[in-house]
Amino acid sequence: MKNLLILGAGTAGTMMANHLKRKLNKKEWKITIVDQHKTHYYQPGFLFIPFDTYKEKDVIKTKKQFIPNSVEYIEKAIEIIEHDKNIVILKDGTNLSYDILIIATGSKIVPTETDGLAGEGWQKDVFDFYTIEGATALRDKLKNWQGGKFVIHLTEMPIKCPVAPLEFSFLADAFFHKKGIREKVEMTYITPLSGAFTKQNCSNVLGYLLEDKKINLIPDFDVELVNEKDNFIQSYDDQKINYDLLVTIPTNMGDDVIERSGLGDDLNFVPTHKHTLQSKKKENIFVIGDATDLPSSKAGSVAHFQADVLTKNIKNFINGKELVKEFDGHANCFIESGFGKAFLIDFNYDVEPVEGTFPLPIIGPFSLLKESRINHMGKLVFRHIYWNMLLRGLPMPGITTQMSKIGKKL
Amino acid sequence: MATKEIAGNTIDVNEEGYLTNFGQWNEAIAEAIAIEEGIEKLSERHWVVLKYLQDFYKENGTMPTIRKMKKSGVVDTKELYSLFPGGPLKKSSRIAGLKKPESCI
Repeated sequence: MKNLLILGAGTAGTMMANHLKRKLNKKEWKITIVDQHKTHYYQPGFLFIPFDTYKEKDVIKTKKQFIPNSVEYIEKAIEIIEHDKNIVILKDGTNLSYDILIIATGSKIVPTETDGLAGEGWQKDVFDFYTIEGATALRDKLKNWQGGKFVIHLTEMPIKCPVAPLEFSFLADAFFHKKGIREKVEMTYITPLSGAFTKQNCSNVLGYLLEDKKINLIPDFDVELVNEKDNFIQSYDDQKINYDLLVTIPTNMGDDVIERSGLGDDLNFVPTHKHTLQSKKKENIFVIGDATDLPSSKAGSVAHFQADVLTKNIKNFINGKELVKEFDGHANCFIESGFGKAFLIDFNYDVEPVEGTFPLPIIGPFSLLKESRINHMGKLVFRHIYWNMLLRGLPMPGITTQMSKIGKKL
Repeated sequence: MATKEIAGNTIDVNEEGYLTNFGQWNEAIAEAIAIEEGIEKLSERHWVVLKYLQDFYKENGTMPTIRKMKKSGVVDTKELYSLFPGGPLKKSSRIAGLKKPESCI
């Protein structure tokens, strides 16, 4: 019996368990998945929690219910990947040997990477919304907040779901309007990038949004420190921005086990072949989802497209065939713009987001790079698709693994 | 695609004035772009950073992040800002004849 071991039962790892139990010969292969946490969070839903649109129950289920019975599920922490010996050692000392390893350990926020951030003001005046704790603490803060300087801040790239900070800004604008306090809130968006949108097409089409919503933009801001005593954030070139309420996206990094195992780059992301998803270090290690160092977006849709390619390549690797170079960086993201509307973008490594309709020409029903109500409905419906189809590795009708040029104005 | 006359050369540039063909880059062009970016004279330290960027790009096909530059030991973030005030990556990459650093949106 051979062993295929998956590390991480988040979006990517769970999808792989579901794909592979159907594709691998049960008599030859045993599939095991390891994750230390009990709960599977629907992370795109964290965006809606601060505004009380989603409750905890909307984004929380147990991981185990999405893992097929024929796959062994081990709920324990991982100590190290001994990639020279093809063994993973768990914290409790258990050794798991593998023939093929899939790393799906994701990414997480690391507030301690920024001086002063995880200090006295953390979750009092300074919040994240990338964790359930952060999102719910921010919700409680916003309930009674009466206005002031509201600063949204992006620390450094790459981050999980790169559009989320902008969506958050648009939703916050709508939230304050609805509450009747928008004129008491001074909104500022701070980014280390040269603009809110850095791709030319997005910038041309969406650039007006911040101005329209009266959100000040401060680009090229590289944070040096956060002072939580006097409530300001300071850049390396000595710009100081005061805040009453700071919502920050801290540095995102891969899991510590990647660093301990000597498998990561300086952010603990695993160097991975861009089109095949094989790790650069070892032929029998593959990487999927947020754990890779690829220039594709860190997002569930990307992991979904990667899972199709990786499933093929695991089969190819087992059969001694050449790996397919089919992952093209395809991403598909809804961008909430507030007041019940949203944009949709669809792009890959080479093709920027463009206007058009999706997934079908003319009839869509979704419009690309245009604000619409149906895009927003799509985003809300997606939660059900995520739990019921995506995690279970079921195909999504009309949506192809490689980015399709159909319906796009290229 | 636009072209531009600079330091006695004709170069291909995009809308934002970034070279689209690195083969056309030379040091005289770098000096001239630096002046456009408000840097009167490229010092030895500027050149160290520019060469690092070009080598990094050749090897990885992407621009390094500020974090990567800090960890490389080539230049610390404070100095990077004093060399290229007001947008170190944006300016240094243009002077080095490379792409503007982008995010996915």
